[in-house]
Amino acid sequence: MSDSRQPGGSLLTPFNLVTGLILAVGFGVMALRFVKGLGATTNLTHDYGWGLWIGFDVMAGVALAAGGFVTSSAVYLFGMKEYRPIVRPAILTGFLGYSLVVLGLLVDLGQPWRLPYAFLVRSGPTSALFEVALCVALYLTTLFVETTPAVFEWLGWKRWRKLVHSMTVALTIFGLLLSTLHQSSLGGLFAITPTKLHPLWYSTYLPIHFFVSAVAAGISMVIVESMLSHRAFHHKVELGEAQLEDITIGLAKAGSVVLAIYFSIKVMGIALDDEWALLATGWGAWFLVELLGFVLLPCVMYAVGYRERRPALIRITGAWTVLGIMLNRFNVSFIAFNYALPAARRYTPHWMEIMVSAALVTLGVVAFRWIADRMPILHTHPDYKAGH
Amino acid sequence: MSISRRGFLGSLAAGASALAGGEAHAGGGAAKHFSGHPGSRGLLHDTTLCVGCRSCEVACAEVNGHPAPEKPVGDMTVFEQDRRITPTSYTVVNRHDVGGGEVVFRKHQCMHCNEPCCASVCLVRAFTKTPEGPVLYDPDVCMGCRYCVTACPYYALSYEYDNPTSPTVRRCTMCHDRIKQGKDPGCSEACPTGAITFGRRDELLKVARERIRKHPERYLDHIFGEHEFGGTSWLTLAGVAPGKLGLHEGATHTSLPEIGTGFLSVVPLVITIYPGLLAGFYAFSRRKERLSEEKARAMVVEALMKADDETRKKLDAAAKKAKKDQERSIGFAVKRALKEAEEKWKNEQEEAGSAAEGADEEESK
Repeated sequence: MSDSRQPGGSLLTPFNLVTGLILAVGFGVMALRFVKGLGATTNLTHDYGWGLWIGFDVMAGVALAAGGFVTSSAVYLFGMKEYRPIVRPAILTGFLGYSLVVLGLLVDLGQPWRLPYAFLVRSGPTSALFEVALCVALYLTTLFVETTPAVFEWLGWKRWRKLVHSMTVALTIFGLLLSTLHQSSLGGLFAITPTKLHPLWYSTYLPIHFFVSAVAAGISMVIVESMLSHRAFHHKVELGEAQLEDITIGLAKAGSVVLAIYFSIKVMGIALDDEWALLATGWGAWFLVELLGFVLLPCVMYAVGYRERRPALIRITGAWTVLGIMLNRFNVSFIAFNYALPAARRYTPHWMEIMVSAALVTLGVVAFRWIADRMPILHTHPDYKAGH
Repeated sequence: MSISRRGFLGSLAAGASALAGGEAHAGGGAAKHFSGHPGSRGLLHDTTLCVGCRSCEVACAEVNGHPAPEKPVGDMTVFEQDRRITPTSYTVVNRHDVGGGEVVFRKHQCMHCNEPCCASVCLVRAFTKTPEGPVLYDPDVCMGCRYCVTACPYYALSYEYDNPTSPTVRRCTMCHDRIKQGKDPGCSEACPTGAITFGRRDELLKVARERIRKHPERYLDHIFGEHEFGGTSWLTLAGVAPGKLGLHEGATHTSLPEIGTGFLSVVPLVITIYPGLLAGFYAFSRRKERLSEEKARAMVVEALMKADDETRKKLDAAAKKAKKDQERSIGFAVKRALKEAEEKWKNEQEEAGSAAEGADEEESK
């Protein structure tokens, strides 16, 4: 894998071939969507206005990009300095993640060039989506600014770097504020659909469910992402294996606590709406798969991994939690949505929708690799070693 | 649950109902209920009179310039499957098997809610509830996010998925243009059995109640749309429960925008509380850091001072020892010098003695 990154090395590596193929097909479908329309490229219907491109690209994408605000808040606001080495990669992952969310949204919108209309032509502040759009726009900008110190160090623009560096705390506070608002409002989008979303998933507290689970998703993504980049960039990382293990074990503790909170509020949601009887139905079984298998189980696994200091177990749990949060977003946005409709009117993603989502993830990986190869993301720039 | 929701309601939720209800209700806040514009129009569908001829579908297609329904009026095979609203058919009549071998036909279309979800969820305010009754849509600002399609509890909206570059939302307009010209909507005008009546909503409610009073054996004492989700301009009268006709059984009288946008009132709170709160957290962590730094520094100083003391003692001891040594070595040196001097004197004496003897010998020779 490292061969392809050496200057003058062959471009025809297995990694490049696979990513190239996924990107080619994905972008081909995106082009087709603007030639033939959403009808030809998606399985969306008049019953399902939102499918995989919202459920995965936007709903799951935003939750999984939460690592940026979680780690930067921990380090810069709450003084957990030992996690500093993972802040930059997490913020870069966040920035790329949000960029891809917007790209995915542009493909999904009927007339994407009208996206600025919400801010410039006519605003609908009563819409949760307006809040999401405004916050995502501002947060993407914030993440961009937070990424620039690495770029400035790479370019050697010391004055600019110093300027942005001096704004770190303000940017972190702004990022946490915006993340609280839009992570929760993504759940709030469905607060208006009590008749369509299955009662076990529906709650008027959906915004809080989404925010807490986004924190769990962010922590888990950082665990997975730091392991992957540690392996892929072993010649670049300055973080020792033992130090990364300490960080991973610390994150597992946080992950376990957050998942425990999430589990509690999910159970509380059932209790408040008195939906215990629904657990005995088919939908109830599916709900329990998510709640016990993808919330409670990783919560316990994180706790065991922390107590027994087992980084490998923690990393598996991280990936498992990421899958669980994705499952939750799928359930809310299309699996348990329109649950009462007959089977013939229900939605399953078209293969072209899946290819576009796969291409977006691939693009994120390629962009991360390109940047981490060049800029001081996984290591400290030699000029700034003393600055920490 | 609803009490806590009430507590959550604030400026934005009030804004939502104000948006749906128009300026006249803007000052009401969360405590007031909006039950429709006075004098607004609506339609009443009496399903007990509907024979499923679908003349309304034909008329609707004509008025809106859509192709005529695929299967002609009177072809009952069309009812074999449940149909829904599409961009080229704003209304559909479906047959509902209500049990006991009985069937009921119900016409479906946009219900024209008093407080429409589509209007409250639209981030460019493309939907407006007009004082005349119809909910109207402005295709010129729509970016095609389809939140309205997702939010509508009646599945009454459709989207032009086959249009690649300028798709819009398609749905019944209650023939707003015809109403303005003083005409009846296409469907009610075409209905041969009188199952669809157009008029002022408040009067239609009276008509419906009168029918229920006169024929209690024929009707259920319920007008769907009078209160459901804050009420709709379309009213449905039937002899069976709404649930059997694909409508919501036991629906709340609270509008969905009120239920679904209350949490937005927390937004201003987060914006005002967070910066100070988080700056406080930052200050706490900095303070803790500073205190621990100061403690560490104090410990270093103390350690140094302690070290100093010991060093001084050692130095003193060393100095004393050195002095002693020096004294001892001086005494030693003096003794040695004295001894040396004594020896030297002895030697000189001996030499002098022998020299004198030699001289004496020479002298004697």
